[in-house]
Amino acid sequence: MRLPFFNHTPTFDHGIHPVYHKETGHLPIRRFPFAPKLYVSLEQHIGKPAIAIVRVGQEVLRGELIAKPDGLFSLPIHAPATGIIEALEPMPSDNGEMEMCIVIRVYEADTQEVQVRYPHDLENMSGRELALVMQEVGVAGKGGATFPTHAKLIPPNGCTIDTIIVNGAECEPFLTCDHRIMVERAQDIMEGIKYARRVCGAPRAIIGVEDNKMDAVAALEAALPADGSVTVKVVETKYPQGAAETLITALLGREVPAGKRSSSIGVVMNNVMTLAYMGRLLPLGEGMTERIVTIAGPSVERPGNYIVPLGTPLRFLLEHVGARSTATEVILGGPMMGTTIPSVDVPITKGVCGVLAFGKKDAIPPQIYPCIHCGECVNACPKKLNPTQMGLLAAKREYDVMAEQFMLGECFECGCCSYVCPSHIPLVQQFRVAKYFLKNREKVT
Amino acid sequence: MSKHRIELRAAPHQHSGHSVPTIMRNVVYSMLPICGFSVWQYGLSALALLLTVTATCLATERLLNRNANTLGDWSAAITGILLGLTLPPAFPLWMAIVAGFVAIAIGKAMFGGLGHNPFNPALVGRAFVQAAFPVAITTWVPAFSANRFSEFVPTTFTAPLMMPPDIVGWVKQQGVDAFTGATPLARWKFENVTASAHDLLTGTVTASAGETSALLILLCGAYLAIRKFMDWRIPVAVLGSAALTAWAFQLYNPAHYPDPLFVLLSGGLMIGTIYMATDMATSPVTPVGVWIYGGIIGVMTVIIRYFGGLTEGVMYAILLGNALTPLIDQYTQPRVYGTGKEKS
Ligand code: SF4
Ligand code: SF4
Repeated sequence: MRLPFFNHTPTFDHGIHPVYHKETGHLPIRRFPFAPKLYVSLEQHIGKPAIAIVRVGQEVLRGELIAKPDGLFSLPIHAPATGIIEALEPMPSDNGEMEMCIVIRVYEADTQEVQVRYPHDLENMSGRELALVMQEVGVAGKGGATFPTHAKLIPPNGCTIDTIIVNGAECEPFLTCDHRIMVERAQDIMEGIKYARRVCGAPRAIIGVEDNKMDAVAALEAALPADGSVTVKVVETKYPQGAAETLITALLGREVPAGKRSSSIGVVMNNVMTLAYMGRLLPLGEGMTERIVTIAGPSVERPGNYIVPLGTPLRFLLEHVGARSTATEVILGGPMMGTTIPSVDVPITKGVCGVLAFGKKDAIPPQIYPCIHCGECVNACPKKLNPTQMGLLAAKREYDVMAEQFMLGECFECGCCSYVCPSHIPLVQQFRVAKYFLKNREKVT
Repeated sequence: MSKHRIELRAAPHQHSGHSVPTIMRNVVYSMLPICGFSVWQYGLSALALLLTVTATCLATERLLNRNANTLGDWSAAITGILLGLTLPPAFPLWMAIVAGFVAIAIGKAMFGGLGHNPFNPALVGRAFVQAAFPVAITTWVPAFSANRFSEFVPTTFTAPLMMPPDIVGWVKQQGVDAFTGATPLARWKFENVTASAHDLLTGTVTASAGETSALLILLCGAYLAIRKFMDWRIPVAVLGSAALTAWAFQLYNPAHYPDPLFVLLSGGLMIGTIYMATDMATSPVTPVGVWIYGGIIGVMTVIIRYFGGLTEGVMYAILLGNALTPLIDQYTQPRVYGTGKEKS
């Protein structure tokens, strides 16, 4: 509830205040050892899969290019460890489909040093050239959307970008990797912002951080460049503050028009970790070989933030942090939007910000009651949709009405509606099914 | 880890912890002080009435839902207690059974059970007996009679389908002074006498079993609102608009119309506002709609009281609000994020 005449922390309308469980926020980032075998997926980003350029039996060095991008909206892949290519085979992935992976048998004596680099002279490059060099680093959106970062920064035709929003909200419960990177690598973030501004031409950048991470705010403020082009803004701690639309509204007071990208109102958004990696790797000419992952949840004995080599199988990861036998659910991402995985053979990819192990009693109670029209979901939806009506329609499979009268397409599946529903109706799941149905029916006809 | 089965579940994996039974159970808890007060005031008859109606509602709910045990959601218990609280304390028990049965069977089960009923079930039951037994529903007894814990009011055990005995003589024997047999609202309407705010707040007036103490009801409502089991906007809207309307009338003719405080505190407005108007299934879900709905109920309550043939208007005002709910919802869809115009 926002009252007039009070000076509020910037925020957006509606949303929820879940229990945050940010206990790992004060633990320094630690390194993870190499698993004996790494399963490096070729589909770690949205867009066309990378094309493998290695053969079985070949020796690769840490940092060496092992797959090249297939076009502008694709990303290269670098060897996360020194070892021998053992196979090129499909492995289970987080979305349930099998994805092509390069399997590397890691040399036991391998160091964590990156051994192959591809440096460029960045000083005299145009924005466009810089974007292409960025592509070589292979950074994909670290918040989970995995959109290739260089492609996101290139302004679409006819758009001028006036602001880069740097997303340090980290509104998902349990996750603290963005928090830690802001505390420990604020300088890298500033570097990343510098390069990003050169590509998209934005005169300013605003870093949005939720007010439960004031140590991160202090670290960032200490690292701000002197010219005042970058500012840090504190926003209310509320879920989903870190979604693109909500953070843009909180920081700028603008709304992203329905069905359009944020670039249409002159804004690009990048996650803090994305820019931190960009700022660190780009000047060195290194490829993405690892990322920081929050490993937490009630069923994890040693939760924390770990630098995990890409391709590390979850089985190894969970054994290493001591997953308890009570774990019945393994979630990639946060508890609100993350997906449970069918098998612990799934490897870590560029978009995995968290691995959570939950036991039975941590999950949502199963009994579903009829909708009692309490309106909680309507008051929680940050997009101001009407989940009550859409839920009733979904039960009747009236997907077209949902799309036409209730703007189903605007739902970004944040899960607020399901979170608050006292009847435990799986609203988001119903909306996902409805969207899937509509999309695939269009394909058929 | 590897030996364990892991399960696939749809996001989100965290939940607020609220559930239908917790909400409903807390509503029931919050009504217990009101029940207690009522029993203290009216003694055995009120106790018998509350127990009978609640038991009837529970039994009807169980009977009509053979396939699933829906008693666990506690909603039938709410209907029962609420209905009991809105009936006169000495209401004949067999009529109370009829009221309870109608409330659940016609008010709720006929429409498909929890969440599907367009009208508040307790109100449906109450409206039915109001029409069917106009005399019994306006027969009041004095509170705090000396023998209230040792004997029942004679009307309580009226045989089914019989007219209740006349209780005027019985009331005389109780030795209660100045008992008029009329509610404060009726006295205002027909005699133009208003009860004092103090009496209305503390409940020392003639009324239905649970309508007497406005203060107690308000406190119970505050508990629900603070624990977020009730939408606080609805009572605020109802009471606010009722007060405003009453105030406007008083400005117009201070000699005839009572002051707003009397309107707020008398009759069933308080219990209707806190417990019936806020019934989730029958109130709008949109933020704007909630205010409109509450506003309509408040205004209509006062208008019916002033100009209708009945002394009390809350019940019909809420039923009207319930009837308008789908329409209100439809026309108050929030503006979807990122769209310029209001969506209808
Ligand atoms: S999941 Fe969709 S409908 Fe539900 S609250 Fe989020 S945006 Fe709204
Ligand atoms: S939160 Fe659940 S029960 Fe409440 S209105 Fe929405 S769908 Fe219905």
